[in-house]
Amino acid sequence: MKPRSDYEHSLWRRLVRFVDGETLEDVEKRAEELQEKSAKSQVEADIRSEQILEEEEDEEDKDNREEKENRKRELEKAHEKEAAAMLEKYKNWPKEHGVKIFGRLYAVMAVVLCLIIIVTLLVTVSYLPEFGQPDNPNNNEVVRRYNADGLEETGATNAVAGMILDYRAFDTLGESHVLFVAACCVMILLRLELTKDGKPTDKKRASEENDRLYEPKNDKILQGSAKILVPVIILFGIYVILNGHLSPGGGFSGGAIIGAGLILYLNAFGFEKTTRIMNRKNYAVISVVPLLFYAMAKGYSFFTGANHLESGIPKGTPGAILSAGLILPLNICVGIVVACTMYNFYTLFRKGGM
Amino acid sequence: MDFIRNFPFFCIVLALSTGVISSVLKPKAAKALSFSLISLSILASLGVLIYTVQTGEAFVYMMGHFPAPWGNEIRAGVMEGVMALFFSVIMLLSLLGGEKYLKVDIEEPKQNLYFVLVDLLLSSLLALVYTNDLFTAYVFVEINTIAAGGLIMIRSNGHSMLAATKYMIMSLLGSGLLLIGITLQYDLTGHLLMSNIQESVGELAAHGAYTVPLTVIIGLISGGIAIKSALFPFHTWLSDAYGFSTASSAAILSSLVSKAYIFLLIKIVYRVIGTEVFWSSKITNVFFVLGVAGMLFGSVSAIKERDMRRMIAFSSVAQIGYIYMGLGFGTQLGVTAAVFHIFSHAATKSMLFVACRGLSEVSGNKKDFSNLKGAGFRNKIAGVAFTVGALSMVGVPLFAGFISKLYLTSAALETMSVKMEVALIVLAISTILNALYFIRAVISIYTPRNEKYRDAAFKPGVTFCAGMVCFILINFALGLASNPLIKAIELGLRMFS
Repeated sequence: MKPRSDYEHSLWRRLVRFVDGETLEDVEKRAEELQEKSAKSQVEADIRSEQILEEEEDEEDKDNREEKENRKRELEKAHEKEAAAMLEKYKNWPKEHGVKIFGRLYAVMAVVLCLIIIVTLLVTVSYLPEFGQPDNPNNNEVVRRYNADGLEETGATNAVAGMILDYRAFDTLGESHVLFVAACCVMILLRLELTKDGKPTDKKRASEENDRLYEPKNDKILQGSAKILVPVIILFGIYVILNGHLSPGGGFSGGAIIGAGLILYLNAFGFEKTTRIMNRKNYAVISVVPLLFYAMAKGYSFFTGANHLESGIPKGTPGAILSAGLILPLNICVGIVVACTMYNFYTLFRKGGM
Repeated sequence: MDFIRNFPFFCIVLALSTGVISSVLKPKAAKALSFSLISLSILASLGVLIYTVQTGEAFVYMMGHFPAPWGNEIRAGVMEGVMALFFSVIMLLSLLGGEKYLKVDIEEPKQNLYFVLVDLLLSSLLALVYTNDLFTAYVFVEINTIAAGGLIMIRSNGHSMLAATKYMIMSLLGSGLLLIGITLQYDLTGHLLMSNIQESVGELAAHGAYTVPLTVIIGLISGGIAIKSALFPFHTWLSDAYGFSTASSAAILSSLVSKAYIFLLIKIVYRVIGTEVFWSSKITNVFFVLGVAGMLFGSVSAIKERDMRRMIAFSSVAQIGYIYMGLGFGTQLGVTAAVFHIFSHAATKSMLFVACRGLSEVSGNKKDFSNLKGAGFRNKIAGVAFTVGALSMVGVPLFAGFISKLYLTSAALETMSVKMEVALIVLAISTILNALYFIRAVISIYTPRNEKYRDAAFKPGVTFCAGMVCFILINFALGLASNPLIKAIELGLRMFS
């Protein structure tokens, strides 16, 4: 199939060229080269066929009988060849066409299956109770108690924080360990190890060199804006964490903000500055201690709750910064873990660890 | 309140914390900590089991200062106790048997992370067993999924990376369906606590309200769990995941991870949806058909396989088919048989995986049949263990597999419908197919050839021998004295409702 003459000027080709970083001249040059190559091979083929014709002419002198036998033999050979080619074709069919047909069928079936699931779920939604009606089944005693007594029982003005860190704290304990196990898996996948005496291996060194190649180097604009932005971002993150029990926010969101701030700082000023605080040893301590504190604190709270003992943790006056029992320290723990994990992910993806 | 009621909670929180601590320890310390944690969990589960059998009823444990529908709660009965005990024992033995190969298969600085994953996996298994709250179950399903993916991936070669990717895609699809199911059911009932949901679902079903969403919920939850536990058409991730991971990982994945999901499904059937609603929802027929298909196709794939590890993996597809067939009968006896098959298959399959690794160790680390010839003579204990496992899988009397087939057959006879005939015929065919590939494998490892791998100085190692001997003993115990376990399962199922 031949492309249209104005194909190279079409919007799509212009976009492709833009993405590939080519100009129109490069493309034309390549097309010319291709044409030359095909012309050359055409010439070679012509020469070859001429040679064959000449050879045939020589053979005409020989006798008829021999020729007949030869022809017969050739015919047999040709038949055999044909049969072999057929067999080959038959054997290769699954590879060449079968896979293609199967692939098409697979794609069609996948789309059909997805459509069936989508339609089923949409139909199901239409049968569900209408959203926001007062007599819906999920407006039951559970929600009523959360709303009516939540402030008094947890001491948190932010009802969501009270729910996830006090009423249903076991789920959140599990959830923070989901983050931890995910971090472990990313470390297994991407961390490049040091040798026994703490020196980088060849692989690690190569990865660091490769990273240095693409690192933004002393970018004035980036550094200037980072200088203004990073303190504000980190302060805001701390604010979100510390006010988690008073206003929307909490450990997960505040930690993510601080992590983003750290990554911005790292991009602007390079690894030398950040590794003074965030090296492997510190990271181990910073990620493990809060999680352990979390598990121990909540373990204590579960134990006293289940055995009907007084926990002795003061609730404080709702609305004050030091209130809501364990929620504030737990938010701080979660925040630290999330911030460290985000930063660690970033370094792992860039050069296989800090 | 008796102090022993705290044990399940202690085990879960300790397992979580041990995992966190292990991430900064040296591999050796992490290993010691992990082994002591699992041993502790065995003792605690045993305590819980004895306590619940003595008191004769299940107890709930309030996680925090707020009672159930507001706060979280865990629950322990006989069934939970047996499951937790069994999971801990199998995990300990799998690690013990495969411990020697962890050093070979995993880079040294990452070995402690293996035990982090193992500890967190144990915590999630225990939480899945003990939970009385559907959302708590989902949270720990997440931990379970990610940790299992890590266990496959940690071997860090191309095959295991690909296998882990496949596993993650399929398993996350399953988690997604499960989560959608849980959210939809929350919209209908407004509860996450299992007993409250059962009450509301029973009321809805009695009034005939919301039948369409209720059916979809059952379908989504069952489908999600079926994908995660590799029921027949969703088994494509399984052969690579079990075939290319390290021996302990394969044993843990095949015998604990997929079984925990099936146990969760049984718990949902009994404690969330309610048996009456579930049995009448026709999803049992789907389970039955897919289970039967899995029994046949899993075995056929296993017969075609040239790689012994992958052959054992495909046999898992067939065995999971047995379990779902048991659930598909939709009767109490069927579920009892299915639960017993969870036990017998888990005990046998983990032994087979570890023994197979022991056999390939003396065959130049190759896993195909031609190289494994005569391996049973070179590594005697692994050969014996493999033979025991193979005979148990085929269903020869004296071994665990026979008892589960016996109970499945009697469950089939009890149904008195088309299911009975189909189940009996397929059970017979499947037994023959099992024998075809397992007996071939046993003959193959006892064919004296391949003198080139002979190594007189070879010693299987103390931990490997100890693991294998314990596995063999458990198999005989299940095969010879299955009555107490069956009684416990029946009692546990009664406590569920």
